[in-house]
Amino acid sequence: MAGKVVLLDFWPSLFGMRVRIALAEKGIKYESKEEDLSNKSPLLLEMNPIIKQIPVLIHNGKPVCESLIIVQYIDEVWNDKPPLLPSDPYQRAQARFWADFVDKKVYVASRKIWRPKGKEQEAGKKEFLETLKTMEGELGDKPYFGGETFGYVDLSLIPFYSWFYAYKVLDNINIEAECPKIIAWAKRCMQKEAVAKTFHDPKKVLEFVAQTRKKYVSRNH
Amino acid sequence: MAEEVLLFSTWFSIYGRRVEMALKLKGIEYKFIEEDLTNKSPSLLKYNPVHKKVPVLVHNGKPVAESLVILEYIDETWKNHPILPKHPYERANTRFWAKFIDEKCWPAILQACWGKDQKEREKAAEELSKLLQFLENELKGKRFFGGETIGLLDIAGNTIGYWLGVFEEAAGVSELLTREKFPKLFNWVNEWLSVSAIKENLPPRDKHVAFMRLNGQGFWDDYNASK
Repeated sequence: MAGKVVLLDFWPSLFGMRVRIALAEKGIKYESKEEDLSNKSPLLLEMNPIIKQIPVLIHNGKPVCESLIIVQYIDEVWNDKPPLLPSDPYQRAQARFWADFVDKKVYVASRKIWRPKGKEQEAGKKEFLETLKTMEGELGDKPYFGGETFGYVDLSLIPFYSWFYAYKVLDNINIEAECPKIIAWAKRCMQKEAVAKTFHDPKKVLEFVAQTRKKYVSRNH
Repeated sequence: MAEEVLLFSTWFSIYGRRVEMALKLKGIEYKFIEEDLTNKSPSLLKYNPVHKKVPVLVHNGKPVAESLVILEYIDETWKNHPILPKHPYERANTRFWAKFIDEKCWPAILQACWGKDQKEREKAAEELSKLLQFLENELKGKRFFGGETIGLLDIAGNTIGYWLGVFEEAAGVSELLTREKFPKLFNWVNEWLSVSAIKENLPPRDKHVAFMRLNGQGFWDDYNASK
């Protein structure tokens, strides 16, 4: 499965992290290009003219966009390595469902934390925690969402853990108290090298989140 | 093994109709259970406790929810008339455009029809035109998005092939998908409507238009509330 692999990314991106973890899990060598999202490169605009977003995986010159679509692509191409998705169609459907839940519910709720302080923000925080509790319910007593091994759903959710420190410091959200199983699961995932090496210094992430939410709040409220 | 396939949906569900198209295309027998969304059945709530929505496919007692997830499940379980391409790159491309239709086209259609004022609706219609142009370019002179026969993207394209027109008529806004502006897409709609798995699985038009006249605003309001 040789061929040149390039990843267009932005270091704090939760979605870029999903792709990095997948690439690391499969032991794929790639060239990483850091994008400045306030000044998108001609390459990014050429490779993703529709959505103009990172991450973009460029494999032998051909772009694949959207993090979960990229991860599925990686799983299908590098199928000589341990799979990220289950092989049984019903289990695969469940994995896709839950990764979709992370995008449609967990991620969307996490943006609601960025409302101005007050009732609206409190509602956003509550909603976010509820989505994590739903994920906890799905995890149950399993070590990973994938069962005995780290898989597609784990990969789709774990990058959010990189922002939990920022949520604690900036928004006083104590995820450890509310969703202890999620924290235990996250720490388990962090023991995997493929996961740990995609994470950055939490203080650096905190600084980034603090800056970004200021811009987001002023633009949207 | 006796196969039991149930589909919980409604006559007007755009996502449910996709599932029906795929089931019909593959000749899969199923039992349709019409849900009253104002009074959801205990079965629906049991099979989709997370979202409590239709459609839900229940195969031998095991539920699958979310239309695009269901379509891939159907394709992996019943291998005749495949709806996804074989090559991973083409599969990624199909998935990208299906997501594009759901995440970009759908809200633009709702806003173009039921945005709060004319200015907002016109702006959304302009945006929708740009999105349709992307789809027009993606067709590249093929008969269907899937090539010579319909595939997952043609099925997910029901948003464009039929629902767009019904919503425009219900909202009383002008038709965007004309032969002049989007000749390839226009042609695709005609080809698409001629496929029996498609045309036999569309809601009755007059009933649908009347229904959307009453409920369209609610659809847009609900969409906004979810973001």
